[in-house]
Amino acid sequence: MSFFTWALLAGLVICAVAAALCKNLLVSIQIFMGYSVIMSVIWFILESPDLAITEAAVGAGITSVLFFVTLKKIHALKDNKDEIGEKDDEQEKK
Amino acid sequence: MSRKRSDFENSFFGKLSRFVNGEYTPFKEESGYSVDQTETERRLHDDFFKEAEWTKKQNEADSYVSEYEGWAETKGIKLYNRLYRILAGVVCVAIIAVLLYTVSMLPAFGNPDNPANNEVPERYIEKGLEETGAVNTVAGMILDYRAFDTLGESHVLFIATICVLVLLKINEEDEKEKKLAESDDRRLEPKNDMILRFGARFLVPVIELFGIYIILNGHLSAGGGFSGGAVMGAGLVLYLNAYGFKKTERFFTMRTFSIVSVSALLFYSISKTYSFITGANDIESFISNGTPGNIISSGLILPLNICVGMVVACTIYAFYAIFRKGNL
Repeated sequence: MSFFTWALLAGLVICAVAAALCKNLLVSIQIFMGYSVIMSVIWFILESPDLAITEAAVGAGITSVLFFVTLKKIHALKDNKDEIGEKDDEQEKK
Repeated sequence: MSRKRSDFENSFFGKLSRFVNGEYTPFKEESGYSVDQTETERRLHDDFFKEAEWTKKQNEADSYVSEYEGWAETKGIKLYNRLYRILAGVVCVAIIAVLLYTVSMLPAFGNPDNPANNEVPERYIEKGLEETGAVNTVAGMILDYRAFDTLGESHVLFIATICVLVLLKINEEDEKEKKLAESDDRRLEPKNDMILRFGARFLVPVIELFGIYIILNGHLSAGGGFSGGAVMGAGLVLYLNAYGFKKTERFFTMRTFSIVSVSALLFYSISKTYSFITGANDIESFISNGTPGNIISSGLILPLNICVGMVVACTIYAFYAIFRKGNL
């Protein structure tokens, strides 16, 4: 195995541990996306390009997007959400 | 009644008569208070005694309670946290050890003597092109030799969408719920984001074309229905994020989803039923394999790829839409 493969494998392990240990959920999902991208490159090195395409599309794209939407739904995204929401409510009342 | 004796009050019958009248209780005497005390004095004394006793008991109970509460808040939580961390670490290390041990038992990657290299992949590799007409052996495997698996997978996707719809769908007639969901959805969304729109204008057509290319070339090159469908679904999600539901609802609604998904699954089921019946009874099928390498070749694999791609793209878009606004 070349240096590149070893580096990818090390990155895979680092991403997996960091995604589990990260306190911020948004950052955790982004690390998970990075994990999927590295995994798709590894699939390509292992000579299975169709798996690489699927991993990149599903793992890095759709799963993360669904995670983001779920975080938004449960108000876990750290933002000025409450201010905006209260403003909206006040405007509705007026 | 002058015959009453002078010590009648303290005699047995005197006590009895007073007991019957409710003025005297014989058990009081044991507590050490003489009966001679007047009623008010005794009551006062009793009250004071009772109060002292009560406060004493209360203090004891309070101290017990405070001790107990303090235990839960300080020592208990500390103990629980320590136990939790130790147990979590032990479980994590144990799982890692089991997995690493399992991996170490696996045969080496790419070794020709591996047990997976038996007559099944031999047949797939040697006769796959001839029997299925697909240059991409993987496509020939998943959509011809093992098409039944893929049929089940497509149905699993469809069922998953239905389950998400059942769980997350909001009542359209309930105006309050609808409004709440919509305001909740729009709360964090940057409206009219120029960068996103400009990027999506160039990226979405490319992504959709790439998805269609992957699906149509599934039997010739890497990819296939699932990958292409996922790429197309991702492109639809990007378009939806950039331009909002009003634009996507022009071409993708609940009706579109049900028509496309159900017709794709029905076509898949019917065509595979036909090929299973002809294959099992050794009947000559009218679907020819064609020239390997052409776009229109390899029999049913191309239409089945298109069906799977449609189902996957619809499923992904529907997941996203249902997650966001509770409806398609």
